[in-house]
Amino acid sequence: MDMKVKYRLPSLPPQAELDDIDQALITLMQRGLPLSPTPYADLGKKLQLDEDEVIQRIQKLDNDNVIKRLGVVVRHHELGYKANAMTVWNIPDELVSELGTCMGQFDFVTLCYRRPRRLPEWPYNLFTMIHGKDREDVLANIALLAKRCNLDEVERKVLFSTRRFKQRGAIYR
Amino acid sequence: MDSLDRKIINLLQKGFPLSEQPYLEVAQQLGIEEETLIERLSHLLENKTLSRFGPMYDAQKLGGAFSLVAIRVPDEDYDRVTEIVNSFREVAHNYRRDHDLNMWFVLATDSPEKIDAVNSQIEKKSGLKVYNMPKLDEYFIGLNLPV
Repeated sequence: MDMKVKYRLPSLPPQAELDDIDQALITLMQRGLPLSPTPYADLGKKLQLDEDEVIQRIQKLDNDNVIKRLGVVVRHHELGYKANAMTVWNIPDELVSELGTCMGQFDFVTLCYRRPRRLPEWPYNLFTMIHGKDREDVLANIALLAKRCNLDEVERKVLFSTRRFKQRGAIYR
Repeated sequence: MDSLDRKIINLLQKGFPLSEQPYLEVAQQLGIEEETLIERLSHLLENKTLSRFGPMYDAQKLGGAFSLVAIRVPDEDYDRVTEIVNSFREVAHNYRRDHDLNMWFVLATDSPEKIDAVNSQIEKKSGLKVYNMPKLDEYFIGLNLPV
């Protein structure tokens, strides 16, 4: 009997249906929201839309999760979160969703993704980014996480970054 | 950065109102003037405490693709491989990490096919095996750090 397990990638989430006006609005907001008392009306003026329509379109983009979040994005390093570690876990497939959700609740966990294992070299399938003031603080946070989500028996690896070579924002079309 | 800046950041990491006068609304919650809020935000963006103020998009929904990629690079070869990898505009950031797989970078492209294309080129130019680990599922998007 062939016991070889083939790994199949799930299909990517469907691309949202966006019309030209949505696209124009998305591009315009990439530079940020106007710092004026009526930012949505001001965006509308540039696109010849009234304020209500701008608000409704942004609301729809938010409901469809095209917009994950509206607000500020902080630079961790500038705010005293000097250390971070990519912490990876080897979790039984049937438990990934439950344990990932548990880990995602913590403030110091900024990313919590399932990724494919690359056996035999790489058995880890859950990736978390853990922040802290320094390395000790990061390790304390990881210990807390392991305790609270019952992960003490789970094989894990902590990968601190030692140098950053390049950082830029993602480019969207 | 003072305590008011911190309060503003903590509140606006959670969201921003979709209303006619959203700054006024937030300012009232904080017990400050609308003008003060706008000035503070503008300053925090200028001095780069904040990298952005606005929407964070899900690039996949916009037709884009991301992947996390790792390479095992011998120490003596690290600079050469860094140069090769960073020469691709699709490489969003690149960290050295203390593991056997020691180079970790994120690719951001406008289609999933391009992820594979860039990885093949990196393999060819570096002569090293590339471990492609795209996101399969996401349990949380945090970015909500108390400051």
